[in-house]
Amino acid sequence: MTLSIRQTLMTAVTRCTLIGALATATPAFALDIRIGYLQFVPDQGPVLSNVIPEPEDAGLRGTELALADNNTSGKFLGQNYLLETRVTDSEETALAAFTELQDAGIDLIITRIPGQTLRKVVESADDKTLLFNAGARDNALRTASCHANLLHTIPSHAMLTDALGQWLKQRRWQELFLITGQTPEDKAWAEAFRRTSKRFGLDIVEDKPWTFDADLRRTASKELPLFTQGDDYDAVVVADTRGDFGEYVPFNTWLPRPVLGTQGMTPVAWHRVVESWGAAQLQNRFRELSGRNMNSEDYAAWAAVRAIGTAVTAISKADAPAIRDFLFSDKFDLAGFKGRKLTFRDWNGQLRQPIPLVHPRGLVAQAPFEGFLHPESEMDTLGYDKPESKCRINN
Amino acid sequence: MRTLFKQTALAAMIGLSTPALASLAYVSNEKDNTLSIIDTETQEVVETIDVGQRPRGILLSKDYTKLYICASDDDTVQVFDLATRKIVDTLPSGEDPEQFSLHPNNKHLYIANEDDAIVTVVDVETKEVLAQIDVGIEPEGMAVSPDGKWAVNTSETTSMLHWINTETFEIEKNIVVGQRPRHVEFSKDSKIAWASAEIGGTVHIIDVDNLEQVHEMSFKVPGVSPDRVQPVGIELTSDGKYAFVALGPSNHVAVVDAQSYEVLDYLLVGSRVWQLDLDKDEKHLYTTNGVSGDVSVIDVEDLKVIKSIKVGRYPWGVVIDPTS
Repeated sequence: MTLSIRQTLMTAVTRCTLIGALATATPAFALDIRIGYLQFVPDQGPVLSNVIPEPEDAGLRGTELALADNNTSGKFLGQNYLLETRVTDSEETALAAFTELQDAGIDLIITRIPGQTLRKVVESADDKTLLFNAGARDNALRTASCHANLLHTIPSHAMLTDALGQWLKQRRWQELFLITGQTPEDKAWAEAFRRTSKRFGLDIVEDKPWTFDADLRRTASKELPLFTQGDDYDAVVVADTRGDFGEYVPFNTWLPRPVLGTQGMTPVAWHRVVESWGAAQLQNRFRELSGRNMNSEDYAAWAAVRAIGTAVTAISKADAPAIRDFLFSDKFDLAGFKGRKLTFRDWNGQLRQPIPLVHPRGLVAQAPFEGFLHPESEMDTLGYDKPESKCRINN
Repeated sequence: MRTLFKQTALAAMIGLSTPALASLAYVSNEKDNTLSIIDTETQEVVETIDVGQRPRGILLSKDYTKLYICASDDDTVQVFDLATRKIVDTLPSGEDPEQFSLHPNNKHLYIANEDDAIVTVVDVETKEVLAQIDVGIEPEGMAVSPDGKWAVNTSETTSMLHWINTETFEIEKNIVVGQRPRHVEFSKDSKIAWASAEIGGTVHIIDVDNLEQVHEMSFKVPGVSPDRVQPVGIELTSDGKYAFVALGPSNHVAVVDAQSYEVLDYLLVGSRVWQLDLDKDEKHLYTTNGVSGDVSVIDVEDLKVIKSIKVGRYPWGVVIDPTS
């Protein structure tokens, strides 16, 4: 107790003297780096399993943390990071807010908006605006409709399902029962998984849509054992991105089999249970800031703002084209707490990254796995590799 | 049988009553909350001792009577008495101490507080907190130059070396290095500082007189993907011949010519090698291998790994008492 008082006193004293110390250690010029954050998350509609709601400020809090991280480094270099936030509730207001940010001269913008809104944002963006997608997992944004100034820090559906596929393959759990929900996002996830299963030689022995309607007069947990009747399978794969019925699948399958996909064991960009490679410190900082656990959207937004910070530290410039050049140069690597240096794929702007496979209270494994080889980077065994993508945003 | 038992018991008793007979290595086991004590003659673990939660950085007092232990999750530095092998005291450390370094005056302990972006300076005799210095995000590596002039802190997320004047406790210079700097090691004459950058994959050589980088090294371990080559701990031989660099999940230690900065060899050790220390006559180098839970012993003359010693879970730091 006496210690903490003493420490507080001491801190006050040293912080006073520190201003002088910093002045001598800091370059004379000052640089302002202005970053925008744009969020629009469409209403998910009513879901069956809404016991644990998703945080509404996912993405925003990650942005704020990275801004604070950048500013701590920035104070030693005379660099000051500023954030303009726009949280909107419709596509129209999101597009209007984007224009507002641009008109205010902000050309480094983090977005957590759906893929279709993002396409419209990209169309209306001026030439030098650099966008960081921290929300849309659509494969098409990485394989066909890419844009030179659009980077992705959130993993694509394909990266996530490939992580799952590699894990299934190395466990030799190859016969799979796939259940797909009704939303376009569910279908996109399932489509990505079907590609994964071809890629890694897995076998989808049952492929059933979940159409649970009132005719059944049963609860989901009663319905699921019958729904999952079938010849033998090794695991059940669920594609239920908004968490409608998926939480009822584990332990309710006809055969005693593990459940994975969007529920059960899930591939993520980030999760509370990731703690190696210094991640414990990032988790602590995040919890202190937000009072909750860091999730994938928070991580993607954090990574985007930290990528900007890493570039600005190196080049001492705040303009978007110079930052873009640096991010695609061989000098850039992001320390992302995943045990590997993270870099951007030069063909489509996707951030290469390991994918943790988690269950709610533990880390199971982290892809890529040993034995899945690649001539350039093992992380490129996840998602659409260069020959599989039509994008060439740096040529 | 009885004679054998007697001899063993006698040996054990001698071992207990005069623990300073053989040269001893101390290893902190991060996930076991223990300290392993290795006899460097027999190269075997002679005792395992319970310490505070998540022990990471460890160092010896300049008179080699005490071992200081960063008990990170207890937010304290524990003082371990080498003669009695007991925790005899704790020091105020600030939150989440990870690495630290003791000034040659044997009094001022510089502690990196990883969660608070602060370096805390504690007087180990009065237990007074002398200063808390704002540094970058995730301060990690901590080193005081042998001449006592500089304390250097590495901040992992800010990717800087912060040069703290040990007279004023003020930062005088910040040097940007590769991503995630982890460790700083000074040459014996305090003229050169070696700093490792884990994610950058580099080691930066700093000329201390001018506080400028004079060289940057990178590593290529045959058959290992470059992003797994992650330099952490550095150890220099006192004759200025070699630098040993622990390369993390590449599971290799690089042997570097300390004059030309040329990599001479890569030695395969256990999984995720982080810290290393030379024994008293610098004949053997001990490395902590976190994932495989063991310590590798390298013969310095032959540059060969000669033994691995099983210790606790996730061994983090290793120091060898040269006087014992």
